[in-house]
Amino acid sequence: MSATSVAATEQYDYDIIKKFSVMAIVWAVVGMSAGVYIASELAWPFLNFDSPYLSFGRFRPVHTGAVIFGFGGSALFATSYYVVQRTCQTRLFAPGLATFTFWGWQAVIVLAALSYVSGFSQGREYAEMEWPIDLLILFVWVAYGAVFIGTLMQRKQPHIYVANWFYLSFILVTALLHTFNNIAVPVSLFSLKSYSLFSGAQDAMTQWWYGHNAVGFFLTAAFLGMMYYFVPKHAGRPIYSYRLSIVHFWALSFMYMWVGTHHLHWTALPDWASTLGATFSIMLLLPSWGGMINGIMTLSGAWDKLRTDPIMRFMIVALSFYGMSTFEGPLMSLKDVNALSHYTDWTVGHVHSGALGWVAMIAFGSLYHMIPKLWNTQIFSVRLINAHFWLATIGTLLYITAMWISGISQGLMWRAFDDFGNLQYSFVESVAAMHPFYAMRAIGGMFFLTGMLLMAYNVFATIRQGVRDAASAQARSAVATA
Amino acid sequence: MFKNFKHEKIETNAGLLLVLTMMAVSIGGLVEIAPLFFLKDTTENIAGVRPYTPLEQRGRDLYIREGCYTCHSQMIRPFRDEQLRYGHYSLAAESKYDHPFQWGSKRTGPDLARVGGKYSNEWHVQHLIKPKSVVPESVMPNYQWLQETKLDVSDVGDRMRALRMTGVPYSANDAEYQRNVNQFGEAVAKTLHIPDALKNLVSQAQEGNFDGDRSSVSEMDAMVAYLQVLGTMVDFSKIKPEDLVKFR
Repeated sequence: MSATSVAATEQYDYDIIKKFSVMAIVWAVVGMSAGVYIASELAWPFLNFDSPYLSFGRFRPVHTGAVIFGFGGSALFATSYYVVQRTCQTRLFAPGLATFTFWGWQAVIVLAALSYVSGFSQGREYAEMEWPIDLLILFVWVAYGAVFIGTLMQRKQPHIYVANWFYLSFILVTALLHTFNNIAVPVSLFSLKSYSLFSGAQDAMTQWWYGHNAVGFFLTAAFLGMMYYFVPKHAGRPIYSYRLSIVHFWALSFMYMWVGTHHLHWTALPDWASTLGATFSIMLLLPSWGGMINGIMTLSGAWDKLRTDPIMRFMIVALSFYGMSTFEGPLMSLKDVNALSHYTDWTVGHVHSGALGWVAMIAFGSLYHMIPKLWNTQIFSVRLINAHFWLATIGTLLYITAMWISGISQGLMWRAFDDFGNLQYSFVESVAAMHPFYAMRAIGGMFFLTGMLLMAYNVFATIRQGVRDAASAQARSAVATA
Repeated sequence: MFKNFKHEKIETNAGLLLVLTMMAVSIGGLVEIAPLFFLKDTTENIAGVRPYTPLEQRGRDLYIREGCYTCHSQMIRPFRDEQLRYGHYSLAAESKYDHPFQWGSKRTGPDLARVGGKYSNEWHVQHLIKPKSVVPESVMPNYQWLQETKLDVSDVGDRMRALRMTGVPYSANDAEYQRNVNQFGEAVAKTLHIPDALKNLVSQAQEGNFDGDRSSVSEMDAMVAYLQVLGTMVDFSKIKPEDLVKFR
């Protein structure tokens, strides 16, 4: 037993993966707590406490930054370093650079959060970090690319496994998006404040090209990479269709980059651009569902695992939410639907059906699979995973249902006319009508967060158990050799 | 050539995979973004649109600092209900000096693209200090610190110079000032002259008396000055509907 554990840790570079895995859990707890807090502020505004630091506007990017880049990012670093080593059967290229990506990335998340609450923001959604943090991200990302591509180059297998294609495209596209969306002129060398180079319509286009592809590559392609490794691995079966994964990869990579303009329907952006975005959004349904089918059908012949294995359940429900969100997305990109849904809570609900249902759940499944292997032990409690699964699922459903109701109500109230052709509702009537759904959304978030806390405890106990096992194994072998 | 092609070639060659992926992901952005810098639709000038004065621009900085865009849009769509609620739909030219754009994506509160002139300064001050005092159902946070905090004007010149580098026609010398006089008229050109930035900022705050206190320039002065100019630059009574086709 002790011999294999030593061999496993020597064969691959696990230390960096352990660090990122732990921080993924930490940022999930922090980011989701921030999310529950800002959701509660909308339901019960006294929670803003007249404080600039806690006010919704400054705190909202703390939530999005911590969950997307803190939790999502750390989970991606961890799993990509794990997958690329195991599928290439080699250790990481340039481990020193990999360590830099860890400390650099954690610094980015902390500095970003601190800068938001103290009032420094570029005012661009999901890219609120000011220029010095953007530069740090750039350095970390170049290092990440070097480590990942370097590891691919020194692979001992002739083939590059499909999961790595997705991770690679995520790394390339994120570099591209981050660079072009953050071109800005600082007020001075010693000022955190900057102004974006582009303005108005061009700036809007660039931002939503970034914004949607952050969803498309950071939160989709990369997590599909995760899916392509951990679902077959955990099910103990090969991926359903090799051919489908090729089509899935190229179609997704090509088409996603066109769809950002569906965030700008009916705005001052030229019609042709937003129509093009809508067209590609609808076509994107095909590769998206191809990928979902490829993932779910991997389980064919092993469906019984769904009954017995909550980790498998996380993965399959994640794929189901992926399918649901990638149907809802093209629907909302239709101009007539968008006329109703845009600017409403429906968009927020859509994002969360993807973020909670797909991104978080596939990450939970993968982390539950990977963490015991990293510490060479068993998971502490399967029952806790099961409880987490149900809390997460109920939380997500509460959240998105609340946002569907409030979003569609807002859209309908804003465009309602009375018998004389006047607007039927003042704006604030729509605000007042949302209160019960804002409360329901906050409660859904609390469910999800509670599940997350169970996971944090379960992972903590698993690691403690792994460390103890290793220590006692070491003591035994020391006694044996003495 | 394609007859003998096998995907295996790509997946056994990291360099090829990288190059082909890069090509696949670059096309969409190029086709959609690059033309916007050249098309008339998105680059046209329209009478009345001018860069912000130093005070308004500082207000805009505060708008971004507080994350107002997380709940308020600044982009009116061409629908009858939005026309009645907010006014004429927004034109691309109206945000041409907005670095960054603040069109937003969410209306937890109403659109602000044409909020300028709709309410008095006193209403805005009262509303920002305690929104519930004027709109009881509001869920907006209180922004009393805007009234309590003096506006930092130490780097207003640097800010205008940075914006000038992005292409906003603030003038740094006489030649640029003359150009602005020709384009915007003398009264506006004066407010865009960087060497006079601080003087212009203070005099606008005192004359406008946005926060009801002339003795000093508060953050509230800047914020209200910004809100009051939003959507007011274009005089739609002077524009013929057929011209709008050009401007969108």
